[in-house]
Amino acid sequence: MNRINQKLKENKKLLSIYFTAGFPKINDTVSIIENLEKSGVDFIEIGLPFSDPLADGPTIQASSTKALDNGMTSEVLFNQLKDIRKTVTIPLIIMGYFNPMMQFGIENFCKKCAEIGIDGLIIPDLPVDVYNDNYKAVFEKYGLINVFLITPQTSLERIQFIDKISDGFIYMVSSASVTGSQNAFGKTQDDYFKRIADLNLKSPQIVGFGISNAETFKQATKYAKGAIIGSAFVKYLAENGTANINKFVSGIRD
Amino acid sequence: MSYFVDKKGYYGEFGGAFIPEMLYPNVKELEDNYLKIMQEPSFQKEFQELLKEYVGRPTPLYFAKRLSEKYQTKIYLKREDLCHTGAHKINNTIGQILVAKKLGKTRVIAETGAGQHGVATATVCALMGIECVVYMGEIDIARQAPNVARMKMLGAKVVPALSGSRTLKDATNEAIRDWINNPVNTHYIIGSVVGPHPYPDMVARFQSVISEEIKKQLKVHENRENPDYVIACVGGGSNAAGAFYHYLDEEKVNLIAVEAAGLGIHSGESAATSILGKEGVIHGSKTLLMQSEDGQITEPYSISAGLDYPGIGPLHAHLYRSKRAEFISITDAEAMTAGLELCKLEGIIPAIESAHALAVFNMKKFKESDVVVLNLSGRGDKDLDTYVKYFKL
Ligand SMILES: Cc1ncc(COP(=O)(O)O)c(C=O)c1O
Repeated sequence: MNRINQKLKENKKLLSIYFTAGFPKINDTVSIIENLEKSGVDFIEIGLPFSDPLADGPTIQASSTKALDNGMTSEVLFNQLKDIRKTVTIPLIIMGYFNPMMQFGIENFCKKCAEIGIDGLIIPDLPVDVYNDNYKAVFEKYGLINVFLITPQTSLERIQFIDKISDGFIYMVSSASVTGSQNAFGKTQDDYFKRIADLNLKSPQIVGFGISNAETFKQATKYAKGAIIGSAFVKYLAENGTANINKFVSGIRD
Repeated sequence: MSYFVDKKGYYGEFGGAFIPEMLYPNVKELEDNYLKIMQEPSFQKEFQELLKEYVGRPTPLYFAKRLSEKYQTKIYLKREDLCHTGAHKINNTIGQILVAKKLGKTRVIAETGAGQHGVATATVCALMGIECVVYMGEIDIARQAPNVARMKMLGAKVVPALSGSRTLKDATNEAIRDWINNPVNTHYIIGSVVGPHPYPDMVARFQSVISEEIKKQLKVHENRENPDYVIACVGGGSNAAGAFYHYLDEEKVNLIAVEAAGLGIHSGESAATSILGKEGVIHGSKTLLMQSEDGQITEPYSISAGLDYPGIGPLHAHLYRSKRAEFISITDAEAMTAGLELCKLEGIIPAIESAHALAVFNMKKFKESDVVVLNLSGRGDKDLDTYVKYFKL
């Protein structure tokens, strides 16, 4: 069974962390992953930087620009990760935009992921129907889960469709917004979280976008199975470097 | 072979809607409604009236006698430069603002490079009393100060795009992000035949008035609807799409798309997307785009701000791949010379974008009997500074 599905069976709220590969320094990737696992994070999203990240706010944009300036590419990332499964056991997901993957070759990209032990992909600008028609078979051949998103604007019908075709979890975007941290969620979000929970979908939901601290993590996981922190962690890395990652993580769950 | 969009939003292998889920409801709403709205009699009435009374259509199809003598062929200029605000861009913004109104939107956003589309959007928003926000790269804001001032006078808010290379592609990213953040009340008026389906088709339809008029006007001048050639410059491709539209299926009409070669195709400072580009996804569309081997989108260069977009619309990628259109690239120097020549021979100061199309007469020999229609997409007022500096006038 895919490591993601195994993890989802654990009887606790899951914490996932996103970071941009190649930031702050080009060779930080492996140590960030190892330290996140040691700090008790449940799974990790490794961001493959892109020149034009149109679903991302200023923090992740800036980290992507820096990572590209540092020389990060798909090739470099795969090389850095080639022995990652010797030291890391939690699920690893690559999150990136479609164009760099297309240039690498989708089949090639999936093959590399499988060799390394990547468990899934999140590709915000690869639409569900295009995936289904053209790429599903390749992903399945290499045992990769493709994670789909829903948002507060997604219709009930479409949520049910996405639930049906999802393996692993549904990435539940917290608000109509690009990535970036918020200090607290209001009633609108709480209603939305509850509305989705009440649908009793077959796929567990992990909430992302706008989660930054213990408060927002708690609110997001009141109903959902877990939550993903991205911009707040990238900001932490920008300010503190890679030392004391455990300090950031332990602040979230207590 | 079809050159029109298919049910799924593709031109051959190009097009589609490669958008994040956050934009799905907005784009779907537009896709489900744009054709219905455009067919409504009340829409058509208002659209046609505005094109006539406000934009100043039909624009003349002018026989350029002295230019024709010089190049020993029959050259007609389609005078989009005479449109209100100085370019073809307003054909599209008039159409889209009416669609936005029908959809009940109360706020409009747009991206702009040179500022022409920004001005055309700010203009129709002023006309309709709708809030307008225009994203423009920080670098372009500095380069195109007069158009920034025009947008502000027209009541638009101009927001600098500070990310990436701080030019047109980044302004487009910012507009898309704004739309993600404001999915309910906002309509995004894209300025060319780019972006996710249905934008390329919708914008092409609004610009198709250009070739619709050419057909009628050429009938009067030459007693035939079809010229031998249609020439247009391509940034994203909207004026070319409009000039080609009603000729796409007339295979005897040769279509020439002109791209900006900048300092030379292989100089590293170019915007010749069809030649330098590879298949990929930019701003929600699968098309040809300039990119690194790793799939990072690269910054194009042209002396003309309206042509330095790293992609082309999916229709044009299809016209290139299928060889329906001939693609020619023109350097800065060739365009500037051709622009100045039109001033001297015909008393018309063209936009530098359009000057790229004019330079084709120095690259390609036409027969004396050929009827050649060149889409003069805009006037050169906005480019005076560049002309002055370039020729040390
Ligand atoms: C006068 C003029 N022509 C052409 C263009 C290029 O755009 P498109 O290729 O969409 O016609 C522009 C863009 O700003 C323009 O201002």
